Amino acid sequence: MELTRRDAVAALAAAGVGVGGGGAAYLASREGDDGSAGTPDGSATGTDEGPVGDAELDVLVAAAEVFYPSEIDRVEGFVTEFVRGRATDRPDHASAQADAVAALDDYARNWYEAGFADLDSETRDRALRAMSVDAVDADPAGEDDQRVRYYVRNELLFALYSSPTGAELVGLENPQGHPGGTASYQRGPQS
Amino acid sequence: MSGSQPTGAGAQSTATDPVDRSPSERVDVCVVGSGPAGSLVAHRLAERGHEVVVLEAGERFDESDRLERQERAIRPAHGPQSVWDMGGERDAYASTGERHYPLNVARVKGVGGSTLHWQGMVMRLHESDFSGTEAGAATESGAGTAPAWPIDYADLRPYYAEAEEALGVAGDADNPFAPPRDGPFPMAGFPPSHSDSIFAEACERLGVTMHSVPNARNSEPYDGDSACVGYGTCRPVCPSGAKYDATRHVAKAEEAGVRVVDRAPVQRLEHDGAGETVDAAVYATPDGETHRQEARSFVAACGGVETPRLLLLSRSETYPDGLANSSGAVGRYFMDHLFAGTGGVIDRRTRQNHVGFLTSECHQFYDDPAAGTDGPEGSVPAADADPSELGPIKLEFFNYAGPSPVEQALGSEQWGDDLLDSLRDSYGNSIAMGGLVGQSPRCENRIGLDTSTTDDHGNPVPAVHWSLDDRTRRTIERATEIQERILRELGAEITWQVGPDSTGPAYHHMGTTRMGTDPQESVVTPAGRTHDLSNLWVAGSSTFVTGGAMNPTLTIAALSLRTAEFLDEELRQN
Repeated sequence: MELTRRDAVAALAAAGVGVGGGGAAYLASREGDDGSAGTPDGSATGTDEGPVGDAELDVLVAAAEVFYPSEIDRVEGFVTEFVRGRATDRPDHASAQADAVAALDDYARNWYEAGFADLDSETRDRALRAMSVDAVDADPAGEDDQRVRYYVRNELLFALYSSPTGAELVGLENPQGHPGGTASYQRGPQS
Repeated sequence: MSGSQPTGAGAQSTATDPVDRSPSERVDVCVVGSGPAGSLVAHRLAERGHEVVVLEAGERFDESDRLERQERAIRPAHGPQSVWDMGGERDAYASTGERHYPLNVARVKGVGGSTLHWQGMVMRLHESDFSGTEAGAATESGAGTAPAWPIDYADLRPYYAEAEEALGVAGDADNPFAPPRDGPFPMAGFPPSHSDSIFAEACERLGVTMHSVPNARNSEPYDGDSACVGYGTCRPVCPSGAKYDATRHVAKAEEAGVRVVDRAPVQRLEHDGAGETVDAAVYATPDGETHRQEARSFVAACGGVETPRLLLLSRSETYPDGLANSSGAVGRYFMDHLFAGTGGVIDRRTRQNHVGFLTSECHQFYDDPAAGTDGPEGSVPAADADPSELGPIKLEFFNYAGPSPVEQALGSEQWGDDLLDSLRDSYGNSIAMGGLVGQSPRCENRIGLDTSTTDDHGNPVPAVHWSLDDRTRRTIERATEIQERILRELGAEITWQVGPDSTGPAYHHMGTTRMGTDPQESVVTPAGRTHDLSNLWVAGSSTFVTGGAMNPTLTIAALSLRTAEFLDEELRQN
């Protein structure tokens, strides 16, 4: 199942981006309104720098490839759209996210002698579990593992499962946080 | 009319805080609290030409922050109190009864009050609730009658209609158990859910009647706000504004000239030398200053906990037990509704968690909770208990049974394909019923002051002394018995139940300044004025004599509109 630009926009909307301020300007500036997330190959468009630059995005995309189910395609474009849009709207949040990403990357370099994005998928998974990202409570002001769970794992899963495509993987079209209208709750199963 | 202007005596705006919180010159009415009661009273009185100041303890939240608040509600790192910034020294409290009362998840302090986080269900009380013949009317010691209200349904009926217009209620007149009404709801009700249609099959076989739910939620654009867009987080936050909250009437009040001062917690009400009238509301401001707002009349509208607390904090030499408390009833007879629920799974897709509100209920067991049913293919057996030993029951059919996938994902220890498999296993087949059970007023359930703990201004914090009586426990058991019968008829495997031991409150604070005609037994008159002080009024659920089992806000609104009429008349005559 492909994540589309519309999914990224929906996830951003659920996160409050696009209501006003910088986020709206960011969304308005994006091109390629063909429903795809980023370029046709699913890679990111734009090279906006800020607290979350290309290096941080690489880590987040690499993490999303572990956190997202295998039947999801175009992860890079979706993550880029979401993270960039959110960073424009909430720069403080982006700075804290960049710190968490750096903590994850440092952990990978210390224990696996490579940046997180350069690890193969299985090693990334192992590193995340070794760091206890699977077990700790998310806390935006907590220890490294808690902040990685908050700003990396849960940030990415919040984006996915509050989007229609992510939720449809589970079987509902209008997930919590998505303004999907009042028709779907009345409908019976679609398949 | 022109709005009341601040005097500029201190608490003036600064570069970082542009709000001038200095008191206005003596106004006609000072309202304490900006929830539905306070904002409706303020708006109505301003429309009638009166000069009104509203003092609100909490802050004025920025509407553009609502999606961020929604994210806090969904993401597990943020506790429920964080959504509306509750907690801390300002909101300290004590829970001193047999049952813990989680006060700070039960209320919001801010412009708009607890309607910022409410569910938005708006039913009228039944005629029997007012007459003292309600189900659950007996005292704990045995059969008897609950205290009757000094007004009846007919007195409140036109105000209920006004309240439905004011709040914007979407509903259908298909409830055969509802009290009489004079016209349709302002908006059409929300259609039933797919889940409702599954319940309907079982209920029809059992002779249980389902009907629609009146929602203070726009089923179409109404009064300048959009129709519901299905964010699914009605409680605790509606980002679209389709769910009514009292900021709507705060805005209307301000348009009519009312001055609303936020972050201005009232510390006490000061009376004149004779103890006959209130002179001023003494309030604090964020700069550490204290001010006096003078007015011809005062309305305490700060909810079922803070209203009695304010009266108790306002004790004086003349009134050593607290203001307006010659009856001793201030803070007493604290009531809430109790939750009863049963849920499980069935071998069909139930399509939960698309929206955050209910579309079907059953009020069949409200006036006669002991009665059984006799359906074409089955029945709900009558209760073993005597009817007088049970309180009213309102049954609800959930549209959000089982976990929300996004919340489950964020709280899980899994990720990737394993997480998706778990989400798929959890989502889809859940089904559940909830319900509210009425609690009889009992003197020992009360809001008092805990003098051992003080808030951020040095005032004793509220102490909630709350317990369950045997009647309420029996009624909860009866509610779960009915729920279980319906779910078993569906072939559900029951996986959870909330009964008398695990029940909790519905966060409806009622009864703590009850109305009545006898000053020895009650705090306010049927009009809402305190017996003891001629210019002090109370609006809100604290004036309820009984609570029934209906969500209270429509009755709060109706009573407030009615009280505003009496106060308007009083102001004109004097």
